[in-house]
Amino acid sequence: MANSKILVVDDDPYILMSLEFLMKKNGFDVAVARNGAEAMELLQSMQPEAVLLDIMMPDVDGYQICAHIKSTARLSACKVVFISAKTSEADVQRGYDSGASLYITKPFSTRHLVKQIKELMVPAAP
Amino acid sequence: MGPITILMIGLVYLALLFGIATWAERRKLQGKSVINNGTVYALSLGVYCTAWTYYGSVGRAASSGIDFLSIYLGPTMMAAFFWPVLRKIIRISKVLQLTSLADFVSTRYGKNFSLAVMVTVFAAVGLIPYIALQIKSITHSVSALAQQQSGAGQQTVAIAVMAVVLMVFTMFYGARSVDTAEKHEGLVAVIAFESVVKLVAFLAVGIYVTYGLYNGFGDLFSKARQNPNIANLLLLKPGKGYFDWMAMLALSMFAILLLPRQFQVGVVENVHEKHVYKAIWMLPLYFLLINLFVLPIAVGGMLSFGSSIEADSFVLALPLADGKLGLSVLTWLGGFAAATGMIVVETIALSIMISNNLIMPILLRLGRFQKPGQNQLQAIILWIRRGSIAVVLALALLYSFTTGESLSLVSIGLISFCAVAQFAPAVLGGIFWKGGNKNGAVAGLAAGFALWIYTLALPHLWPQSSFVLAGLGGQAWLKPQALFYLEGFDPAAHALFWSLLVNVGLYVSVSMFSKANNQDRYHAEWFVDVFKHGANGNNSLVWRGVASLADLTALLGNFIGTERSQNLMAAYANRHAIPLNHTQKADPRLVAFTERILGSTIGTASARIIVSTVAKEEELQNDALINILRENQQTIEVNKELRRQGQELQKTTRLLEVANTQLKQLDAQKDEFLYTVTHELRTPLTSIRALSEIVQDNPDLPHQQRQQYLEAIGNESERLSELITKVLLLERYETGRHRVNLAPVMLAQLIRHVVERMQPVATAKNITITCAIADWQALVQAEQQLITQVLYNLLGNAVKFAKSNILVALHADYQEWQVSITDDGKGIDPALHQFIFDKFFQAHNQTLTKPEGTGLGLAISKKIVALHGGSIYVSSKPQAGATFVFTLPI
Repeated sequence: MANSKILVVDDDPYILMSLEFLMKKNGFDVAVARNGAEAMELLQSMQPEAVLLDIMMPDVDGYQICAHIKSTARLSACKVVFISAKTSEADVQRGYDSGASLYITKPFSTRHLVKQIKELMVPAAP
Repeated sequence: MGPITILMIGLVYLALLFGIATWAERRKLQGKSVINNGTVYALSLGVYCTAWTYYGSVGRAASSGIDFLSIYLGPTMMAAFFWPVLRKIIRISKVLQLTSLADFVSTRYGKNFSLAVMVTVFAAVGLIPYIALQIKSITHSVSALAQQQSGAGQQTVAIAVMAVVLMVFTMFYGARSVDTAEKHEGLVAVIAFESVVKLVAFLAVGIYVTYGLYNGFGDLFSKARQNPNIANLLLLKPGKGYFDWMAMLALSMFAILLLPRQFQVGVVENVHEKHVYKAIWMLPLYFLLINLFVLPIAVGGMLSFGSSIEADSFVLALPLADGKLGLSVLTWLGGFAAATGMIVVETIALSIMISNNLIMPILLRLGRFQKPGQNQLQAIILWIRRGSIAVVLALALLYSFTTGESLSLVSIGLISFCAVAQFAPAVLGGIFWKGGNKNGAVAGLAAGFALWIYTLALPHLWPQSSFVLAGLGGQAWLKPQALFYLEGFDPAAHALFWSLLVNVGLYVSVSMFSKANNQDRYHAEWFVDVFKHGANGNNSLVWRGVASLADLTALLGNFIGTERSQNLMAAYANRHAIPLNHTQKADPRLVAFTERILGSTIGTASARIIVSTVAKEEELQNDALINILRENQQTIEVNKELRRQGQELQKTTRLLEVANTQLKQLDAQKDEFLYTVTHELRTPLTSIRALSEIVQDNPDLPHQQRQQYLEAIGNESERLSELITKVLLLERYETGRHRVNLAPVMLAQLIRHVVERMQPVATAKNITITCAIADWQALVQAEQQLITQVLYNLLGNAVKFAKSNILVALHADYQEWQVSITDDGKGIDPALHQFIFDKFFQAHNQTLTKPEGTGLGLAISKKIVALHGGSIYVSSKPQAGATFVFTLPI
């Protein structure tokens, strides 16, 4: 069986680079998008099991992408994980309200992040 | 045309008037008042134009040219003052329910009975000849219309019958109700209608003469010019008549306000103050129209008749001589309307004064009417008023038949005007000068009238008597028409000068040097300040009467009916929340109310007498009154102060609101700034932490990848520290903690230096920087470090965005140096120009891909330039590069 597919979206190249490395390292099949528009385009064709999503991005922001995923039947199995520098309680609440499975604030601990993602993906694994 | 035919026409016309009056009163009952209308009000004021206007203006024009106009120019000028003057009189009269000039004057000077009598007598003496004049004009016009077809006997019968019908009309519609404050609906409607009739008729004659008998104005006046007698009339004679003109203007200015008939229609019958507005322009327009054809008719008459007939009858004679019977009848009707309108209103106004101020007080003193339960009193009052009407008309008839035929229309009119002008000081002084008092008014009026009689009335009646020709007792300086050797004036102008001079002089001086009683002083305050009391100043009137409610109600019932009296009392008590307790003493306000209602029925002077029979007046002590006045004054002062403080408070509140809004904005800006700063700090921090953990956790990382990650960590650390530095800098500039240290800076040199330093970075990106700076020093007062920072920021941006070329230029404008840095990059949307100098604009609006730099460079540059008194702006179009310019004062 193929590895779980994860889409990573962030407009900061270094963060994107880090997340890509971490996910690959832990056995996920990773696709990256450098901004919201690219992510939307990728979501047209692929069916990731999870999306690691930055919120503040030019043009199309994380909330919009999340809303798109939640309103698309084909992507109903796709889990949304926000990874954002928006850290206030209200921001986190809004993230969960919009249907996210996880909300991770920046800067994050790589070890903790990997653990959380793994836990999130377990039920889907056989 | 026979006198009987004329009589029939006259009777049909009078029947029409009855019809209109009845119709108007019925409309009133249906709640659709005809006279509650500005146009009708203005037209009713047109009662000013009498038979004197209709026939006499032409007569005067034929004898002295355009002098006739002065009588209409005066009122036209006064119309400009209607708002402050007429409206004030209306307001006072409405609130106090004053129904005649005599009431007005006597109330103003402390409800003084003798003043009411004086005004009444003087008005009657001055105006009955004027009414007679109207009757005479009817007589003349009837005989002119009848020509020589029949004897004088039939004519006299015709006139007598018409006079009787007119008297019945006046009595019927002029004394409808005991309450004279009630409007005479039918009467006013008729007066307005008659104003239309006389205007239409006069215009018809004028047009007929000008365009029927002659070929327009040009033809008429060119013919006139060939006749030296007439041509002379059309010229203003230099040096002559200046004073006469002024006197006529003054006379007629007073007349439009103070003639009893004008007071009646203008004040008593006024339904709403706003109607005065319309009258201000409409009345002068009416005067203009009715005078338009006076000169053409006068000239036409002189050309046709020479001096063979009296000029006063030109108006009627012209169409008659031409055999135009229909037009002649219309013309006659116009004159009839002018005369009857005046007769009716003047008679009613005089009769109200006579019955209320002369007859009622005597009757009321008899005691018989002071007992309660006298319901027949209402009828008695009405019949007294009707009797007065009959007496006034009878006197006028008598006068018109006994005086000679030679009196021209104009001279009697002017004599009456001059009599009425005597009221001016007391009335106008009374509403604008608090210092005027009863003694002054009595002295002024008495002396003015005495002089009027001596200098004008007597010489008019007996022009040939020895005292007129040689002066009283042979003393030449006492000649009535040349008093103190003042000669060469029109008799009316001469009389006006002396009578008003003495009148005003005595009014002012006696007022100043005598003591007013308390009622007088109180009313002085009240009249002059009437607009301060609001539209319903009832409560501020002083009357400390004590009476039982039962007495008051019964007393009022005598005059207006028991039921109505009870209703009125209850309504008033209800309105002012006064308890109605029949066993106790009535509230003083009810006593005052009773007196006011009675005043509108029988006049203020009589009302005072009647009420005093049941109410024991607590004589106002001097101190008490002064206290009331002083309290008023203090209240006004306190109110003023309160209002001033209130305004100040409002101003302060507004300022606070503005400051608060600004603070809130600043606060919001600060919050947003902090929020953005933390976000901007978190991003590089995230990379640094994540990458260093990766390197740490993955010792087996390929060397190249490890190097890449470490380099990224270095870059992000640098970005972080730069950001912190800039945030701190910006904070220093924004809070003003950074004091700019100005010193002479050589701008050109500085620019070259910065460009040199940036050269390697640019070269690495294949970008050429061109410096277009002339060979000048460009000395500015600035802090070198800061300007350097700006240059680095702008040049750094340019290098970031340019494709291959950057141009740096320096220009001198009138008062400033302009440094411009132009790149050939992709440009900036003009819609964004106003935002790009905001902090973190780049972060908020990341149309650019990954933000390079901190997003604070332009914000800092803007701040620095502002600190130097310069400005910074950008001009750019998408895809066409951008030019950033900053200026520094020279």
